[in-house]
Amino acid sequence: MAFVSRGFRGRRRDPAESGRVPPGQYTVDDFPVLSAGPTPHTPLEVWSFSIIASSGDVLRRWSWDEFRALPSETVTTDIHCVTKWSKLDTVWEGVPVERLLEDVEQDAGYVLAFCDGGYTTNLPLEDVLDGQAWVAFAYDGEPLEPEHGGPARLLVPHLYFWKSAKWVRGLRLLDEDEPGFWEALGYHLYGDPWREQRYWGD
Amino acid sequence: MAGAAVLGRLTPLAWRLAEAVEIVPETPRASTLVLDVPDWPGHRAGQHVDVRLTAEDGYQAQRSYSIASAPEEAGLALTVERLDDGEVSPYLVGELRPGDRFELRGPIGGYFVWEAGTAGSLHLVGGGSGLVPLMAMLRHRAAAGGGTPTRLLLSARSLQDVLYRDELEQLAAENGDLRVALTLTRERPPGWTGYDRRVDEAMLAEVFGPPAADGLAFVCGPTRFVEAAASGLVALGYDPSRVRTERFGPTGG
Repeated sequence: MAFVSRGFRGRRRDPAESGRVPPGQYTVDDFPVLSAGPTPHTPLEVWSFSIIASSGDVLRRWSWDEFRALPSETVTTDIHCVTKWSKLDTVWEGVPVERLLEDVEQDAGYVLAFCDGGYTTNLPLEDVLDGQAWVAFAYDGEPLEPEHGGPARLLVPHLYFWKSAKWVRGLRLLDEDEPGFWEALGYHLYGDPWREQRYWGD
Repeated sequence: MAGAAVLGRLTPLAWRLAEAVEIVPETPRASTLVLDVPDWPGHRAGQHVDVRLTAEDGYQAQRSYSIASAPEEAGLALTVERLDDGEVSPYLVGELRPGDRFELRGPIGGYFVWEAGTAGSLHLVGGGSGLVPLMAMLRHRAAAGGGTPTRLLLSARSLQDVLYRDELEQLAAENGDLRVALTLTRERPPGWTGYDRRVDEAMLAEVFGPPAADGLAFVCGPTRFVEAAASGLVALGYDPSRVRTERFGPTGG
């Protein structure tokens, strides 16, 4: 039983939101930004997205124009940041990750997303397939702004939002799980907001 | 790294019951909560904690707050700014009294941290209450003897919004290797000769000079502030991997 804080009432959730907001989260209307370092600005002419084998071999690579020529989807979803805010009904456009992997012969168990600026995050392969993950290039009908991860970021809305890596440049296929940037610094390896897996041991 | 994660899984970050020992008003909107936290495992300068409040009917709310105290200090201090539309901060700054208790866990965050003795200079850029984790670094630096060449550029709306003003003046007066520059963006006292605008590249160049090959820069504040300051440092030639940022949005608290 949690300790009751004398005099604390709190702001109760809109009943319409109940069932959509994971434990320990609150909803926001704006779009907070969290990043460990400066925002990178990679020109689209040099941008590419790669699928890399665990050996380091490049299995597939798309230029920006090639990537944008791929069929994309509009996704409306709720997002949950480990710093406690959730944002409901966000609208994105992106390429499903399974489409990027469909011609790749592999039997990986995990992927490590890598990004401009050196950021990485790890995910089980099965969590980025079957309509659960996209490489998003637009938010709310506009090109994704650099501070929100543009030109393209991963979108994996069923996990805490640090898994939706900004400025993503590719996926490395891994046989075994390997902690990414925040995962090596105390954040949960998997990060399910509904099980409140914020930190190691949660 | 994988080994550390496996080890970490065995030691969950437990909720602890913190007791407010002292509540120190810092500005009209911010107070420092000095806490007694039994079995506190210690922290590094720059880290934060999660606070969890529970109402009588079981309703809970959580927020993160930066640690203001140095690892060397006895009590754990959080400085909290009251957000008028906030849910947790008006309770912590307003309702909470000495002797009250609430739940907390941490320390959290292993990147936005500075250890005394780290090679090179320490460059700090703070906007508003973004000064809090930077103050933990300055206090840690002072406790360790203050050898690191350090500069702080602090942006505040007015002089009365500046956190820890007396202590900052004292720290700078005591130690020639620490320089503090202040910019007041909205309201200046008569005769003010300091900066009077938002942080920009020219101001960063004047305060911090050319980038050093080693050392670290830490930038903390609201998103727009951090974007401007961190981009400005990179434009001046700072290695992006040596510029660490922590941001908080206008909502929350």
